[in-house]
Amino acid sequence: MKTIQFREAICEAMSEEMRRDESIYLMGEEVAEYNGAYKASKGMLDEFGAKRVIDTPIAELGFAGIAIGSTMTGNRPIVEYMTFNFSLVGIDQIINNAAKIRQMSGGQFKCPIVFRGPTASAGQLAATHSQAFENWFANTPGLKVIVPSNPYDAKGLLKAAIRDDDPVIFMESEQMYGDKGEVPEGEYVLPIGVAELKREGNDVTIVSFGKIIKEAYKAADELEKEGISCEIIDLRTVRPYDKEAILKSVKKTNRLVILEEAWPFGNVSTEISHMIQAEAFDYLDAPVYKINTQDTPAPYSPGLLAEWLPDYTDVVEGVKKVMYRK
Amino acid sequence: MKKVTKDVLLNWYEEMLFWRKFEDKLAQVYIQQKVRGFLHLYNGQEAILAGALHAMDLTKDKMITAYRNHVQPIGMGVDPKRVMAELYGKATGTSQGLGGSMHIFSKEHRFYGGHGIVGGQIPLGAGIAFGDKFHGVNAVTLTFFGDGAARQGSLHEAFNLAMLWNLPVVFCVENNGYAMGTSVARTANHTDIWKLGLGYEMPCGPVDAMDPEKVAEAMSEAIERARSGGGPTFLELKTYRYRGHSMSDAQKYRTKDEVAEYQKIDPITQVKDRLMSDHNMSEDHFKDVAKRVKERVAECEKFAEESPFPEQSVMYDAVYEQEDYPFLPAKS
Repeated sequence: MKTIQFREAICEAMSEEMRRDESIYLMGEEVAEYNGAYKASKGMLDEFGAKRVIDTPIAELGFAGIAIGSTMTGNRPIVEYMTFNFSLVGIDQIINNAAKIRQMSGGQFKCPIVFRGPTASAGQLAATHSQAFENWFANTPGLKVIVPSNPYDAKGLLKAAIRDDDPVIFMESEQMYGDKGEVPEGEYVLPIGVAELKREGNDVTIVSFGKIIKEAYKAADELEKEGISCEIIDLRTVRPYDKEAILKSVKKTNRLVILEEAWPFGNVSTEISHMIQAEAFDYLDAPVYKINTQDTPAPYSPGLLAEWLPDYTDVVEGVKKVMYRK
Repeated sequence: MKKVTKDVLLNWYEEMLFWRKFEDKLAQVYIQQKVRGFLHLYNGQEAILAGALHAMDLTKDKMITAYRNHVQPIGMGVDPKRVMAELYGKATGTSQGLGGSMHIFSKEHRFYGGHGIVGGQIPLGAGIAFGDKFHGVNAVTLTFFGDGAARQGSLHEAFNLAMLWNLPVVFCVENNGYAMGTSVARTANHTDIWKLGLGYEMPCGPVDAMDPEKVAEAMSEAIERARSGGGPTFLELKTYRYRGHSMSDAQKYRTKDEVAEYQKIDPITQVKDRLMSDHNMSEDHFKDVAKRVKERVAECEKFAEESPFPEQSVMYDAVYEQEDYPFLPAKS
């Protein structure tokens, strides 16, 4: 094993796959000469040249559409969005073209493409730069949505995303690029759609994904001191999500807390809550508890942001609530 | 440009007439409610397709367009019976009944759709050309869109990137005068759409697109430029549609006199006149053509009528390459 940063895991995944397959290219703002806005493509221009590591003007709709079009003539593009906040001006191309070309053509054209970049909040970036759109993309048939929370998963799942023959949304975080973690020296690929049991426990199941899952770990440490044992599942993929992993755990603990950085209405937590009441109603000893951001645009001022964004204290509160503990 | 011989004119006449009658048949079966959804017909604009096909290398060049897209794939070589079947929602349709009127595709014949969001296909066309350039394929992609789409941001981003990366693409706006019910004059401060190319230093210009030969001339020059590494061209094809935007259009935004003026310069009539005046073709010939065309259209209708509807599994199978994708239940 070796220890690398999250950004290096992204870079290694892209570089290894580009060495393996000549049809892959990386396209986006600042990916080439600048080495990536967050240095996730550091050194790639030098290795692969300007034909395959391509700087774009600020035209998220235009370059998304060109990348999608090129899948129809044999490319497997990786499109970097500096953040998924900026994907909104190009989202028509993702929803109406990438996700639909295969279906509309009756299966004649596949669309092997990865859109990747950071999602959700990253400090005091205020309303337009702090949004989590996992559930927007995950709502759309035709797409797959991966949200890793650590370097090991990021590398293994990004390689899987690049090899996948369907369009994949791959969501990172500005606040994770510096995170360090162990990855194998050799090549590995992780399966899409498979959650990981991060911590075993008996009293309550906590489901989360992406960078916010760290708050669940902190909460579990606190709760352990009080004799409460939490089982933590990292979803890793939100479309398709690993229903069986959640069901198995909830059938053991009989209690479920979901932690997701997203607005509360109609999100991934909502879907899981519905699934649990439909498929494990008789196993539940308490209502499902979900923890999201406040139902407002992200505020800038530090005190307001702390109130808006969930943290481990919210998880502690939620776990106690489903356990009927003070 | 390849010479416009008597044989070319004969072919243009017969194919354009077939496209016209194919669309007329669709209008008829639409009223009979055998074809549903939206139906956007090409009547009046046939010279564009005839001229484009003459200029293209049909062994490798590509085409993409919006939702007024029934006859282009036929021109590219797709069996018209399968296009008709797609509109009927049948399993034998080009997209197995999943696409309908607005989404005809043929990978085999390099027809890339069939797109429903106005202007959304413009970057795709540039991207298809990007892929060809990336792989060293010496092909050109004709990217069609309507005058309404010329007001979308997608056009401007695609134009800029196509010039920046020198892509082998010809952007073709089919200016039929109206974006649904809104005239070109009501969508911008000037009506010369081709001038949008000037800001990108893209070769551009207007074309009389009621005459297939004029279209073929302009297309040939643009395709040759793209093929030889000269990058994109933007052509404004000045045309006219006789029918409404779609079948539900009452056409209160224009007069019958205006439609009649354009019918005087109808592309099919223009070619017929040339065949009669320059090549001494007689009315007997045109009667024979009309008979053949009628039979071909009838064959399409019969095929579509008799084809089965798709199995329900097609709805799931077409979405992902992954064969065992775990779709969520509709009810739980």
